Amino acid sequence: MMKLRRSRPALLILTLIGTSAIAGEAPEGPDLGQAAGARMIADWDTDIMPDGAGLPEGRGTARDGAALYRTHCISCHGEGGLGDSGDQLAGARMSLTGEWPEKTIGTFWPWATTLFDFIRRAKPPQSPGSLSNDEVYALTAYLLSLNGIVGADEEMNAEMLPRVKMPNRDGFIDAWAREKAATRR
Amino acid sequence: MSDQPVARLADAAGAVAGNGILDRRLLLRQGLVFGAMAWLPPGAAAGQAGSPRVPGSSRPPWMREPGREFSPYGVPARFEQETARFPAPNRVQRNNGASWTPLHLLEGTITPNGLHFERHHNGVPDIDPGGHELLIHGLVNRALAFSVPDLLRYPLESRTCFIECGGNSNAGWNRIPSRSQAGFFHGLVSNSEWTGVPLGVLLHEAGVKPGAKWVVAEGADAFAMHVSIPLAKLQDDALLALYQNGERLRPENGYPMRLVLPGWEGVVNVKWMRRLELTDQPVMARNETARYTDLMPDGTARMFSFVMEVKSLITSPSSGMVLKGGPGLYQVTGLAWSGRGRIRRVEISADNGRTWADAELQEPVLPKAFARFRIPWRWSGAPAVLKSRATDETGNVQPERRELIAQRGRHGFYHYNGIVNWSVDENGVLGHVYDEVAAQQTGTPDIDADWD
Repeated sequence: MMKLRRSRPALLILTLIGTSAIAGEAPEGPDLGQAAGARMIADWDTDIMPDGAGLPEGRGTARDGAALYRTHCISCHGEGGLGDSGDQLAGARMSLTGEWPEKTIGTFWPWATTLFDFIRRAKPPQSPGSLSNDEVYALTAYLLSLNGIVGADEEMNAEMLPRVKMPNRDGFIDAWAREKAATRR
Repeated sequence: MSDQPVARLADAAGAVAGNGILDRRLLLRQGLVFGAMAWLPPGAAAGQAGSPRVPGSSRPPWMREPGREFSPYGVPARFEQETARFPAPNRVQRNNGASWTPLHLLEGTITPNGLHFERHHNGVPDIDPGGHELLIHGLVNRALAFSVPDLLRYPLESRTCFIECGGNSNAGWNRIPSRSQAGFFHGLVSNSEWTGVPLGVLLHEAGVKPGAKWVVAEGADAFAMHVSIPLAKLQDDALLALYQNGERLRPENGYPMRLVLPGWEGVVNVKWMRRLELTDQPVMARNETARYTDLMPDGTARMFSFVMEVKSLITSPSSGMVLKGGPGLYQVTGLAWSGRGRIRRVEISADNGRTWADAELQEPVLPKAFARFRIPWRWSGAPAVLKSRATDETGNVQPERRELIAQRGRHGFYHYNGIVNWSVDENGVLGHVYDEVAAQQTGTPDIDADWD
């Protein structure tokens, strides 16, 4: 009996070593990647996180954004963001539980930071990446203002934009988190 | 409505479900007999085999002159021009939209590369592989950049799997049944053998830091399309694909490299891959918040609903086709797939779901890949409704449309996997119907959102 008891911790340790060896045993590769420098990463990474991480310097108001909207956006998204060949961005009359739900920035988008990120990376479609940071802040402010979320003179910048609370911030269910929880059970 | 005839088979006994559904094994036995008959020369069948002839006079034109020379890259027969994708671009921004795979004109399980469905947000980039790199950074020990020639030197693996757009079949949410042919309704799904570098190898080389849970993946198109993907999926069965069905990727499918995440919705299978950033949280991109989220009846929306659930449809006979041979024996065939694993069974009904019988599944049945099913059916000449219902290896069963709508409402836009009904009228013309009589045939389509 004594022998058996003494051997148990030893077995446990062996098991742990075995497990960690397997966990560390990731697939071997030829390791051909080149070290990527900070400069390359800064140039390539334009992600804006929901807490505002990644937002650049710059500023703009809805008043500045209105003219930019007429130049770059109105041909597809329509007067006042009511939509045309492009998405409806504002002016929803029907709620998300209505007969014809209108998924606009004001009724649906959960994060204001997404607007900045998306406009800067993808708009306008004919020349993506051509807008300055000030212009992107101004367009973001304009679209938020069209949806009654910020005022016409409220400046959007790296500090203020993450503080904007979108009306539908809590409207999303994380299906992946639910799925993982169900698998664990 | 097109007028595609459906091959008629011999009549036979052996019913296993209502309204003429026959034992699936019958098809194989009958097939031997009728296959042999079909290959007899026409002259022999007409009793002219022994009649005197000028040599060569019975030859068709293509046997009386030499054929054309070699070609560096083959194209389909000129008589098969109709087997083509169906593009549906945005009416102003013509490079934004989707194009459908003609599933109803294809057989087997592999989608030819030129017919793989497309979904672009701002066109197909013309990427020179010499000027393209993949950057891995964020919560890693070493940020790394890989050239295309470097990646081609890695040990490669192949996975045969489907890729399905999250918005595939979304006309099913409409009140009015779509009149489109099967592929132009359900064909934002295709199935290929993808070959590339397992993502886990590259992530291991970069060294994943503790706390990394998500990976933001970005493409090199004019949309700089980016989405957040759980790190666990990339370490599980994800590929950085370089080849599709044996050849390098087509530009419209991500050349020179794309992500392939077996079983997960198309948008996370990022094309034209250029950047993977390991993070502790999702980026909340436009295409994982404003789009590719499923609005529910209570006004909340499901996000990160990655898995494409079990689904099937009969590809032949299907909407727009005609049973030209009149009453008699026909082959019913189609496709089934599930993002959760292998297809275990596909049941067919010819009496609007009252009785069902198992179809034959073409081997091998691969996980997260198209499964081809076939079953013989004797059409009596009376109106009928054909249905297919798939079950995957996890036990999930494809729901009836009404069950799906009861659960998800009518404005989910994405992840539609309801059972598809094809109606057959007394003239053998195939159409698309819902179970609810009130919903049939009239009115305007009413999809909530466009492909922007």
